[in-house]
Amino acid sequence: MASNKKYWKSEAELNPNDSIVEALKQNEFVEEIPVDDFLGDKENLSATTTNRRDFLKYVGFSTAAASLAACQGPVRKSIPYVVQPETIVPGVANYYATTIANGFDFASILIKTREGRPIKVENNTDAKVGGNANARVQASVLSLYDSTRLQGPLANGEPVEWDALNAGVRAKLGSLKGSGKKIALLTQTYASPSTSRLLEEFKEMYGDVDHVAYDAISEDAALTAFENRYGERALADYDFSKADLIVSFGADFLADWQGGGYDGGYAKGRIPKNGKMSRHIQFEANMSLTGANADKRVPLTPMLQKVALAKLYAKLNGTSVGGEIGDAEQALDAVVAQIKKNTGNAVVVTGIDDVNAQSVVLAINEMLGSKAFDSKSPKYSRQGNTKSVNELIANMNAGKVGALIMDGVNPMYTLPNAADFAGGIEKVDLSVVFSTNWNETTEVTQYTAAANHFLESWGDTQVKKGHYSLMQPTIQELFDTKQFQASLLEWMGRDISYYDYIRETWGTFVLNGADWNKALHDGIFVVSNEVADPENTMGQQDKEAEDDTMMEESASGSSMESIASAVRSLANATSGGGMELVLYPKIGMGDGQQANNPWLQEFPDPITRVSWDNYITVSKADAEQIGLVNEHVANGGLDGSYVKLTVNGVSIDRVPVIVQPGQAKGSVGLSFGYGRKVGMKSEMQTGVNAYALYQNFNSVQSVTIEKSPGMHEFACVQLHKTLMGRGDIIKETTLEIFNTKDHAEWNYVPVVSLNHQEVPATTVDLWDSFDRSIGHHFNMSIDLNACTGCGACVIACHAENNVPVVGKREVRLSRDMHWLRIDRYYSSEDTFEEDNTKKEEFDGLSGEKGSLGGFGELEDPAANPQVAFQPVMCQHCNHAPCETVCPVAATSHGRQGQNQMAYNRCVGTRYCANNCPYKVRRFNWFLYNNNDEFDYYMNNDLGKMVLNPDVNVRSRGVIEKCSLCIQKTQKTILDAKREGRTIQDGEFQTACSSACSTGAIVFGDVNDEDSEVAALAKSDRMYHLLEHVGTKPNVFYHVKVRNTNEA
Amino acid sequence: MKKVPYRNRISKVLGVSLIIFLLFSLSLYSQEETVAENAEVVAEDGAANASAGDPAKGKSLFNQNCAACHALNRKMTGPALANVESRLAEEEGLDKEWLYAWIKNSPGMIKSGDAYSVKIYNEYNQAAMTAFPTLSNQDIDDILAYTAAPPPEAAPVAAAAATDTAGSTGSSGISNEILLGALAVIFGLLVLMLFLVNSTLRRIAEANGVVLEKEKAEKRTPIWKAFAQNQFLVLVTVIFLLLGSAYFAYGWMMQVGVDQGYAPIQPIHYSHKIHAGDNKIECKYCHSSARVSKHSGIPSLNVCMNCHKSIYEYKGNPEGPSKEDLADGYTNEFYTGEIKKLYKAVGWDEENQRYTGESQPVEWVRIHNLPDFAYFNHSQHVSVAGIECQTCHGPVEEMEIMYQYSPLTMGWCIECHRETNVKVEGNEYYAKIHAELSKKYGVDQLTAAQMGGLECGKCHY
Repeated sequence: MASNKKYWKSEAELNPNDSIVEALKQNEFVEEIPVDDFLGDKENLSATTTNRRDFLKYVGFSTAAASLAACQGPVRKSIPYVVQPETIVPGVANYYATTIANGFDFASILIKTREGRPIKVENNTDAKVGGNANARVQASVLSLYDSTRLQGPLANGEPVEWDALNAGVRAKLGSLKGSGKKIALLTQTYASPSTSRLLEEFKEMYGDVDHVAYDAISEDAALTAFENRYGERALADYDFSKADLIVSFGADFLADWQGGGYDGGYAKGRIPKNGKMSRHIQFEANMSLTGANADKRVPLTPMLQKVALAKLYAKLNGTSVGGEIGDAEQALDAVVAQIKKNTGNAVVVTGIDDVNAQSVVLAINEMLGSKAFDSKSPKYSRQGNTKSVNELIANMNAGKVGALIMDGVNPMYTLPNAADFAGGIEKVDLSVVFSTNWNETTEVTQYTAAANHFLESWGDTQVKKGHYSLMQPTIQELFDTKQFQASLLEWMGRDISYYDYIRETWGTFVLNGADWNKALHDGIFVVSNEVADPENTMGQQDKEAEDDTMMEESASGSSMESIASAVRSLANATSGGGMELVLYPKIGMGDGQQANNPWLQEFPDPITRVSWDNYITVSKADAEQIGLVNEHVANGGLDGSYVKLTVNGVSIDRVPVIVQPGQAKGSVGLSFGYGRKVGMKSEMQTGVNAYALYQNFNSVQSVTIEKSPGMHEFACVQLHKTLMGRGDIIKETTLEIFNTKDHAEWNYVPVVSLNHQEVPATTVDLWDSFDRSIGHHFNMSIDLNACTGCGACVIACHAENNVPVVGKREVRLSRDMHWLRIDRYYSSEDTFEEDNTKKEEFDGLSGEKGSLGGFGELEDPAANPQVAFQPVMCQHCNHAPCETVCPVAATSHGRQGQNQMAYNRCVGTRYCANNCPYKVRRFNWFLYNNNDEFDYYMNNDLGKMVLNPDVNVRSRGVIEKCSLCIQKTQKTILDAKREGRTIQDGEFQTACSSACSTGAIVFGDVNDEDSEVAALAKSDRMYHLLEHVGTKPNVFYHVKVRNTNEA
Repeated sequence: MKKVPYRNRISKVLGVSLIIFLLFSLSLYSQEETVAENAEVVAEDGAANASAGDPAKGKSLFNQNCAACHALNRKMTGPALANVESRLAEEEGLDKEWLYAWIKNSPGMIKSGDAYSVKIYNEYNQAAMTAFPTLSNQDIDDILAYTAAPPPEAAPVAAAAATDTAGSTGSSGISNEILLGALAVIFGLLVLMLFLVNSTLRRIAEANGVVLEKEKAEKRTPIWKAFAQNQFLVLVTVIFLLLGSAYFAYGWMMQVGVDQGYAPIQPIHYSHKIHAGDNKIECKYCHSSARVSKHSGIPSLNVCMNCHKSIYEYKGNPEGPSKEDLADGYTNEFYTGEIKKLYKAVGWDEENQRYTGESQPVEWVRIHNLPDFAYFNHSQHVSVAGIECQTCHGPVEEMEIMYQYSPLTMGWCIECHRETNVKVEGNEYYAKIHAELSKKYGVDQLTAAQMGGLECGKCHY
């Protein structure tokens, strides 16, 4: 029976007389199809004689021809050296000790080179100071192969020969001599004896020369405070391994506070030994890495931190000051009580950008006689002087500067008053900038001298008094570039290479008869006699020494007074109304020098787990008040509101918002290093430039926040923030329980039901075990107490294993490829313990203790939560769920414990990824190399030079995952076989374990009774992740112990 | 992929051309006689000239002591030595005594400030000549006699020898041919006889009125129709056909990407036969990184120049190039030309015995192409396991043109790992694991497979 139903698409169709119906009948496509657009030139089209059939013939023929041609294998060429360098054996890596000193990061490192190409950064374990490479240093090797690097010098943006540049500069400098105009050198912090000497000689030669050291992120307050007290412009050094009690007022010392590098010492004291570990209390505004690791974290706005610091000083001193800090008062009292118990073992640090605060901290540490505090051998990792920078800009605008030579700085990007600088530089007769990339500053200078990467340069540093290190090139200059010091020597008419110059400096002032070759081989040199004053390198040393003694005489009296006044002014600190904005460097990006580095862009921030962005962090209370939200959208991505920030009339619009648990109410945080535009690939132009708000070089600013329309799309790799009371994922306990109770209580082994009996999960097994007691059996230990979450391992893994960069869009779709992730969890209640209790006590579905509402609540982190980090890579389960479901046996188990992955066998069903309880398997959704859609380092010949030739570059459609760096263990084994010896403990390393400067990740052979990892495997704190699943992993964790002893 | 045509095709051509060679053999024999006569004449001349020395003895002494740095007619590390005695006497006025002194202690002469000694020392880049105090005056006389009258070139003799052998092999070829030809004729006759018998019988049958059963046969259904009607038979046949074709298709596909026998034409014709076979140079002398690295490494050109600085021409085997070589064009001149290619690439100026600095790396065509996803380490096999290079690379010392001997497939790798015992003697690394594992498996000798050599992750990561 025919239906009378009438189907209609719009109401208009129901009316037969409507014109739309007629129109639709005549014309199916209402909008005209732009045929001409996609067919191209019409005339050309009509002139051609190719008809459709011919076209199909051509297509058919060419397809057949192409497939026939493809039947022939390619002819591969093999081109040996004409004269092979003695040290290079193809296929064997060479290591060179060198130093990174880019003004922000200072570290002694080893560079692994293959066939002459630097491919990996390793820690220089010989270095007692600065031997730890952080994530940025680990990634710096990729910046060497940046395809956007300057390939030769430029004059006003046009390529020019070095000879022409040198001649131009030299002539101008010569003419300035005695002209009354200054020559200004605006440089990064070098902390380099040779460069200091060179600059002195340059000054002597040209007379009126100003050398201005400039740190993009200034430590001027700390430097000034130290200078006032000890007469030297330097930074106090701290050894946190010697401290039992660490009190920090806004000092993010596990990240980049005063040059960083403190995590190794800190972690040493955090591992409970003989029932003791250090206690760490953090007063801070932003949730920092350091705060996340603290035993007790007190959120305080910077203004209140100042008051609290003043109060601490007063309480220790037995005096009293005014000011209100609310609930923090209690915490402060506890701190004071604890300090007083053992003054020498306590240390106080602060990151407040205020000379008074820094002075008070120095005074407190002296007063306590802190063992961790070292003012005798200070650090030189920051030298920037904001006053001189401001003077320089003023002089430039006044037309007093004849020549401006810059190196290692990008003031047009990093200066808050970049416009003044731009105005000033126009009045300078000669401006030269040494830069590796085209950037904001090169745009406004006359000459751009293409600079070397540090891996192509010679250099030296003295990061800490008496601790020297050498920088040596590990590759010939890739392009027509020169380093600043070499050019300076050339301009001075000195016929000497910078290498010879350094040797001269070291021979005369540093080595004191020691062997240069050994120093160069080690990369470091420590002055054996601590009394020797290495600062003798400077000419006017004697005069300074006299000043010192004069100052010291008057110091005791006047400093007491000045400290008292400093405390008073701290106690009276006011915020100036509005919200307080705290600017900080992010672990991944630092000051923004390496913004063009895709590894760092894709590196998820340890705290927020957001990559490819910076953002403003707002407390939950403030967010609610202003109406700011974070929400998850249908495709699983995280979206956030936009705000407009205004500081003192300067505003930035469309700053995305992250609601940050633990952010002190009344404060917001924003990171430096983003928002670079000039000379950057479009993919890398991420975030907003926070330097515009960095007024007077103060990291704390009073800010007004307005909501802006629209939502920002974040690329966040961890959307679930809390543990939901699943205490067996990160097992935690307190020091007290750890010391007093049996491990069965605080390291509880989950039970399962077997024959209706509760038995420990470790005793039940579906499978027969394979005897692994013979040969090597690799295990990895991760100590959750030592892990600070710094992420150096993530980048090291990236570099070692050719892990591709997928870009912001793909990360947002949860297609990130990191083999090693560091999960960050917040507690929903005040502590994780309370989360566990809450979950245990659920009773029924609804009601007061109902699980329906209860689990919903557990999803929300607390206002000031506990934080825990957990690095997770493939757990290399001995009974791996992934292996049993692979239909093609592409993943299988080795007898040495590794879960192996044969990429060439994988057909991409992704069953394994779905069956993996740890979610560590990564799928190659696309071809990430040689693909214009992923225009990162694997898409150009230069960037590909960083790839590790021992590890496969995976193709599209296969699963990949952590291999426990099997290429490294295989190499170690082969070396031993070739030399006919057994393997010592410590020889087996993975990329992450060797990058871990805190010792949290330990790798080795558990069948070797004497190995460290075997001992760790027997520790009471050892547990496996998701033990109840029965996967028997070869990676194990150590229970996190928090020192909650209040007194 | 470029391949050298199969060698046996060449030998076939050679075989056919042997007959033609035979035609010329007479004239060649006569040539040989004349050459031999010439040689005698020259030798006699030389003996007459240097009455004091024996050039034959001198030749062997020269080759032992001098040839590394001197040649007769060209500069090498040291000056050319042809007629050195008379040259010195005429040009510099130096007698034999000077030569005795110089050869026995040249550094002493330079030190003492002898004018010509110093001059020649400086002229040749201050490369000091080794002192030969062990040579007696008689020895030096012999050498000088040789330099004054070198024996004739051996090339024509060699050529004659070559034809000689060609002639002899040619004769055996002919006897074979005759045999075969005779057989073919006999077979032809047999076939013809059969035909004749058949037709005779047929004619007899017709004459006798016997009806052949042809008609009857035609009434039956033709066999193809019967076959088509029998569905079972069709089905079986189809299955067999499909299986058969699948078998061959599989076999064909399995060889895709297997380049066994791949012998590309290289930019320089480098003969492993001459280097590793005739001259018995150890493989790892040139492929030194095979001992320590995953790559065996193609030697850099400076390694070639270690020897080829003094070996500037190819002199061939004592017997001269074989007929096969000649047919391929592998004459001495050809090889010498290849050495010149090396000089050009490395930038070696033969005239002045120095590097020009204008080098051009040689783009060898890679023969053994393991895919990127397979990790292979030479040092594991060469240094640790002590496997001969020939095990995988075949009789390299016999390869005029290098080719891929093994299939380099995974099956081939695994086969070997299953069969080969791990070499544990004297290697402390293996001591413990071998003792424990061999006990576990109850064997004396562990194979690589039992050691874990079949695990995917050992080669794929």
